[in-house]
Amino acid sequence: MENEISATSPQEVRATTNLSQQETREFLAFKLGSEEYGIDILKVQEIRGYEKPTRMANVPEFIKGVVNLRGIIVPIIDMRIKFNMTTVEYNEFTVVIILNVSGRVLGMVVDGVSDVTTLTPDQIRNAPDFAENIDTSYVIGLGTLDERMLILMDIERLMSGSEMGLSEKSQIH
Amino acid sequence: MKNKNFDNSFIVEALPAFISEAQEQVVMLEQLLLKIEETPHDKELLGALFRCAHTVKGSAGIFGLDAIVAFTHHVETLLDHLREGDIIFTPPLGTLLLECNDQIRALIDVAQEPNAEATDASEIRAALVERLKSASAISTDKPVTSPTPDDASAEEPTPELLLSWKISADFSLDTFRNGMDPLAILSYLRGLGEVSHLTCKTIDLPTLDILDPENCHLGFDLTLETTAPLSEIEDAFSFVRDDCLISIQSVSAPTVDFSTRIDAISTDPKLGDILITVGAISPAELRGALELQSNDPREKSLPIGEILSATSGVSPKLIDAALQKQKIFRETPASIPEPSTLRVSVEKVDQLINLVGELVITQAMLAQTSAEVEPAVYQRMAAGLADLDRNTRDLQQAVMSIRMIPMSMVFSRFPRMLRDLAARLGKKMEFITRGEATELDKGLVEKIIDPLTHLVRNSCDHGIELPAERLVAGKPETGTLILSASHQGGSIVIEVSDDGRGLSRKKLLSKAQERGVDASESMTDTDVWNLIFSPGFSTAAEVTDVSGRGVGMDVVKKNIAALGGTVEIDSREGAGMTVRVRLPLTLAIMDSMSVGVGAECYILPLSSVVESFLLTEDKLKTLGGGGRVVQVRDEFLQVIELEKIFHVPRDTENLSRSIMVVVESDGTRMGLMVDELLGQQQVVVKNLESNYRKVQHISGATIMGDGRVALILDVGSLARGPLH
Repeated sequence: MENEISATSPQEVRATTNLSQQETREFLAFKLGSEEYGIDILKVQEIRGYEKPTRMANVPEFIKGVVNLRGIIVPIIDMRIKFNMTTVEYNEFTVVIILNVSGRVLGMVVDGVSDVTTLTPDQIRNAPDFAENIDTSYVIGLGTLDERMLILMDIERLMSGSEMGLSEKSQIH
Repeated sequence: MKNKNFDNSFIVEALPAFISEAQEQVVMLEQLLLKIEETPHDKELLGALFRCAHTVKGSAGIFGLDAIVAFTHHVETLLDHLREGDIIFTPPLGTLLLECNDQIRALIDVAQEPNAEATDASEIRAALVERLKSASAISTDKPVTSPTPDDASAEEPTPELLLSWKISADFSLDTFRNGMDPLAILSYLRGLGEVSHLTCKTIDLPTLDILDPENCHLGFDLTLETTAPLSEIEDAFSFVRDDCLISIQSVSAPTVDFSTRIDAISTDPKLGDILITVGAISPAELRGALELQSNDPREKSLPIGEILSATSGVSPKLIDAALQKQKIFRETPASIPEPSTLRVSVEKVDQLINLVGELVITQAMLAQTSAEVEPAVYQRMAAGLADLDRNTRDLQQAVMSIRMIPMSMVFSRFPRMLRDLAARLGKKMEFITRGEATELDKGLVEKIIDPLTHLVRNSCDHGIELPAERLVAGKPETGTLILSASHQGGSIVIEVSDDGRGLSRKKLLSKAQERGVDASESMTDTDVWNLIFSPGFSTAAEVTDVSGRGVGMDVVKKNIAALGGTVEIDSREGAGMTVRVRLPLTLAIMDSMSVGVGAECYILPLSSVVESFLLTEDKLKTLGGGGRVVQVRDEFLQVIELEKIFHVPRDTENLSRSIMVVVESDGTRMGLMVDELLGQQQVVVKNLESNYRKVQHISGATIMGDGRVALILDVGSLARGPLH
């Protein structure tokens, strides 16, 4: 539980550089199907290959189960299932992004991680109401980078929202 | 003792150690005070009490904590009188001392957090000091034997013969304890005349590590030139005569005190050699004695010391001194007492636990990959890997046990509380604790104290009746309150039970209706009992300052639920009630059985497993509604198919589900249908809630040897309703 501290320290360094470059933000870009998403790099603890989690019964379908992350039991959420993607397959490119949000450690299954992208405010556009599957309030905006477009998500809000049912208090009885 | 010029950094560094030591002393004081109420004449207890107070005062002095020193001093004075037998211990004195102890504790807390003094209790303390003083004063009427004779030196010296006296005194161990002071005697002697050749005899002084500072190991030799008569010199020792070996001789007949010389010897010698070295016997005498020892069959059994004392007139005391010296030489290098405990911060322990956790995983990974290497290489690695495996596991177990503390840490706070409560409420009760050795994670222990305190108070206040009422009800006058802890079904169960009046169904229902709580006659007993967990619910006839304000049970339930636990009530009107707190094991290590269902592995708490057997179809019976039961001897048990409950996917149809594991929870037995038994092992319980949330029928998870997660079944929840 405490051993993430070592992982956060380089991020803290980044956080200070962030401040100096004012408003410039770094995002981790990852793929879900053909779409590319971006999340705040500071929420990311590490990236791991996919390993089959221990399945749990009576939980939503997108909760694949739990894995052991150096002694911590971490739930694994498959965003592709959550976002109703048509193809969900597990191959050598499938990775798990370990997130640290609201004091919890979660694993998020995605189709692959592209890179870490620095975006300036003028590269971020407001998002139109586009998606049926995602509540657009979780979308910060759209990042443009040459030919690419990143859907920038507020991962903390998404993961702690009641929709995901990831914690006791957000669970709907 | 007070030293404010101390290097400040020393104070800052050492203060936490002082605080924690002082807190321990206060706890011990309390326990001793409670114990002594049963055996008020126990000298040892009284002595221990005094020492506790003395330690607190002494170390507080080092840190310049004047408030503690000043207050504890008065307590110490009273304890001193008690220990001396000047005052007899009485229950009111016990109460007074307990109250004082509370104040000492408060003062220590203030010392710990100087800014946190919310209430100024100085008036309370002043009042207590007055009471302490008056309690201690009873004794001053009784003459406390004082070693210093009054105005001895003021007496007119008679200009008579100036005589020289050789005085040798050896004080007994109890001299200090009896209130005597060798120094006072010396100063009295000085008043009589000229003291010279004064030496202090330290022959009996043990090494510092075994020295009890309350024992007197001293003696002295001196020459006194005085005109006073012998009787007057003897007077100096009149108070210590029983405690002291004294010889007063005129200097004309000189005696050498050999014992001081023995003191100076510094090699491991034989007894005879010691005596020769100091000149108490001659080598010839020793040879004679040794010959006697070896030749004379009658004397053969006698030790050389006794022969010497018979043949050469060596005094037994001298031989004792020599033997003592010999003993010190022989024992010192061998027996260095080790400190029995070590204080370590919890963070350090947690860090250790995490590191060991990672080590275990790495080890498992290594073991797995090693199976894939060439057989020849593997052969060479195998033994080392097996050792690594065993050592890692041992290490993990040992590290885990550091965080576990016994329930006695919780239980020990209750005797005092109950004593005060019983006294205030005019009740008589006996307090019994069971399962104090049950170990619980430290974090959990800290959080369970408050809810438990509330339950114990409730039992005492509402449960147990007044002595008269109990007699009318045909029960013994003294009520019984039992606090017990045990590992059960993978949880820790703490029970508070009393033989008091129990809950009244009628009262509860009427109260519920009065409060507008939904309640009806058709409710089951359990549901009725659970009414007391509704907010603002109290059935106590009147509100006391102990309990009955109705802010209790709902908070208790909430707090326990926050720990992931449950509360159950058993009650029989007129016969008493039991509140059962069931806590999950967060960090606890659990003995478990792993079972295979399909391709999955589940963990059962071994404590809930009763038996397992091969299932044959004819033992299974179907009930209307699709339920199934299994016959075990003359009992029918509900069958729970884990495969169905956990929707275990099954690839091949022909796998057998042939094993029935009988488990028990809360007295309910049932049969779990599984495919295979995988083994028994100790597992470390991790909860799912820290990163996820509670999952139905799962009490937690653990990490298996291969690094994978296995889920631990919540047998209790399965018993309550598998399909629910």
